[in-house]
Amino acid sequence: MTTALEGLRVIDLTHYIAGPFCTKLMADYGADVIKVERPDGGDPARRVGPFQGDDPHLEKSGLFLHLNTNKRSVTLNLKSVAGRDILLRLVKDADILVESFSPGVMERLGLGYDVLSAVNPGLVMTSISNFGTTGPYRDYKLSELLLYALGGSMYATGTPDREPVKLGVDVEQFFCGAVSATATLGAHLGATVDGMGQHLDLALFEMQVGNQDRAVQAHVSYQYTKNEPKRAAPGSGRSLMPTGIYPTADGYVHFMTLNTGYWDRVCTMIERPDLINDPYFIKRENFFGNAEVKMEFEGVLYEWLLQRTKLEVMEASQAVGYPCGALKSMADVFEDPHLQARGYFVDVDHPVVGRLRFPGAPFHMSETPWRAGRAPLLGEHTTEVLESLGFSGEDIAQLRTGGAL
Amino acid sequence: MSYPNYRLPLQGLRVIDMTVVWAGPFSTVLLSDMGAEVIRVESLEHPDYNTRGPAIVPPGGAGGPGGYPDDVPGDQPWNRCAGFTSTGRNKKSVTMDLTRPAGQAAFIRLAQACDVFIENNSAGVVDRLGISWDVLSKANPRLVMISMSGFGQTGPYRDYRAFGANMEAIVGHTLLRGYPDRDPTDTTPVFFADAAGGSVGAFAILAALRHRNKTGKGQFIDMAQAENVGHFLSPAVMDYAMNGRVQGTLGNRHPAWAPQGVYRCTGDDDWLAITVRDDAEWTALCGAMHRPDLASDPEYAGNLERQRHHDAIDEIIGAWTADKSRGTLFRQLQDAGVPAAPVHRIGDVPNDEHLLARGMWQQVTLPEAGTHTYLRPTARHMSRTPLEIWESAPNMGADNEYVYKQVMGFSDAEYQAMVDAGHVGTEYTVVRKAREEASRA
Repeated sequence: MTTALEGLRVIDLTHYIAGPFCTKLMADYGADVIKVERPDGGDPARRVGPFQGDDPHLEKSGLFLHLNTNKRSVTLNLKSVAGRDILLRLVKDADILVESFSPGVMERLGLGYDVLSAVNPGLVMTSISNFGTTGPYRDYKLSELLLYALGGSMYATGTPDREPVKLGVDVEQFFCGAVSATATLGAHLGATVDGMGQHLDLALFEMQVGNQDRAVQAHVSYQYTKNEPKRAAPGSGRSLMPTGIYPTADGYVHFMTLNTGYWDRVCTMIERPDLINDPYFIKRENFFGNAEVKMEFEGVLYEWLLQRTKLEVMEASQAVGYPCGALKSMADVFEDPHLQARGYFVDVDHPVVGRLRFPGAPFHMSETPWRAGRAPLLGEHTTEVLESLGFSGEDIAQLRTGGAL
Repeated sequence: MSYPNYRLPLQGLRVIDMTVVWAGPFSTVLLSDMGAEVIRVESLEHPDYNTRGPAIVPPGGAGGPGGYPDDVPGDQPWNRCAGFTSTGRNKKSVTMDLTRPAGQAAFIRLAQACDVFIENNSAGVVDRLGISWDVLSKANPRLVMISMSGFGQTGPYRDYRAFGANMEAIVGHTLLRGYPDRDPTDTTPVFFADAAGGSVGAFAILAALRHRNKTGKGQFIDMAQAENVGHFLSPAVMDYAMNGRVQGTLGNRHPAWAPQGVYRCTGDDDWLAITVRDDAEWTALCGAMHRPDLASDPEYAGNLERQRHHDAIDEIIGAWTADKSRGTLFRQLQDAGVPAAPVHRIGDVPNDEHLLARGMWQQVTLPEAGTHTYLRPTARHMSRTPLEIWESAPNMGADNEYVYKQVMGFSDAEYQAMVDAGHVGTEYTVVRKAREEASRA
């Protein structure tokens, strides 16, 4: 079966997380992604853990192995004349080039958009950087923590008696990669209409400010009301409806609703249908925003919760149509019956780390499959790619000795 | 406001948008920002509190996200809620009642005129409405359809009801965040799954469109938002896959770099975030703190040693930042080569000088919500086709006549029949009836 992005040629000059996730989405759906890496160690993500067996090794980084599946690795020294020339020959036949160097680096290498577009006017070039190619913070540094802090959502994440706290692992950088993939593919579809490419200047900071994880709504809401979200005490919702994280006999569940009309579902779930029309609880001033009544009701709720496992609670909640998820550890996730029934995880062989289990398709396309595949060894495809450009074995040996590869 | 004289990347593409809450509307705004004609299909019969705001039926109705201008829901709260207007830009709105045959027939005519149909309702909803993929693909074989439910179209959780926060719990995100020394019940609900699903959902549509453009063949995309989130948790997923290690939350700390955290500054609840990734940044931080002794202290040499002494280092940094402003320290540390940033309040962001210099903000007037400042599209810096807000978020039903007549090809008489039957309008039926009763009383 052909893939959705079969024949899409992407030159990948990205490293770490956001850029590689952008091009991973393309590669896993069929694009031919040529990852150009520095000869001395390649993508720095190869040096970032977790490592298999906690053994720091360029081919054993779990982060790298996940983010670079289905790509081909070519080592090029872009500072050498020959290396730069090879890159320009790759660009000539490419649809897309994505890079995540610091602003100005591509220009210093003689590989700015004006040079690349002269070689290939249809090329879409995407630059992913911390703050974009202009502006006062242009050269500033960023991390996952700083990114979340700057976007505005972190301030309201956590409890009032403690510091603001970030989300899990590096999720916001992955998010920026996904937005970048969408913008890049959109620009490419536009370029296929008139043959005219363009340059995209994407800033992690700006993508984070526009993040749908509460930020966008909060920014507009602030313009309307001057109200700012603050860190709130857990369970400080304004009604009796269970919303947030609750304990069970063996762990926790997350209840969530925006609909106070679901009161009957809650009462049915906890096997207390008598409370559905209980005049005390449903009295408007008791139902909304009365902390004492809420504690009283939660006493009933907790008693029910603590007699059941998190999975039993989730099933009982979903059985009445009340949104709920059990808090699963990664060990639970790998054993999750739903993910197993859908064949989510895939096993992939790799010459150095052997067979490893990876997250599977983020979406299933009825006509064009997602590809399970592995990440390339550093420079694994250098010879193959150079030969396709017409270099002979002798040429390649010379380029190697000359330090271009 | 009007569309530009340059050709936008997705110009000419028509998208039916039957999305609710956050994930779906985020997908479609990424497409409408690039010039796709995104047509929201809404129902007068079913007030959508989760998307159009909590205050549709006075005095409050269900809870929900987003505020109203000056905290006043007004006569048409569904056209004034930030939860909707924040991602409503560059979209159109049409109304039809899909629970009745005439509405279903109209929808199929719309599907014949469009390239994409996106929805993120619970699994099974479109089947019950008679607009399943089987029906629509026969009506338009070139159509691309994506269903973005929480858990996908198959499997034991297929019918589970879930918001982003619930999905994240089930795929392991919730236990990877929050305070390491506190109970998980203190963890703030977030909706990262919506951001993740929205962005990848838009990518999925574009990938299918590329295939359609080459082959003429549309297809159906089944996205389980929970499965999508699994990729965003990659470091924790891979650690378990490779080492059988179950990661927990590190709070604000980093698994390999140290120190990293947020530190209190002057002002009420002001914080500065700092990440030190290597010895050079550590030396620069020590220099800024006028503590060169720490930079040369072997106890703090290398990330492993600094992780070992993280608590002590946090105390030193916190004592140094406590009497300084986060804005001053941000610029001072960054200029010295130390990654640092203020923990912005939402109200700080509109004044951020970098975003101002890059033109992040745009004044837009909405017919009901008035004039306010909005974020421009985040991917707006496209050299040949800069992206803007060209059309403000649509009032419900604002584009009824255009969509029925110009897009779907309804005659004047056919259109009038839809108006008379109550499919077409700009006010929820329940609101209209309440107002009619009130005026009689």
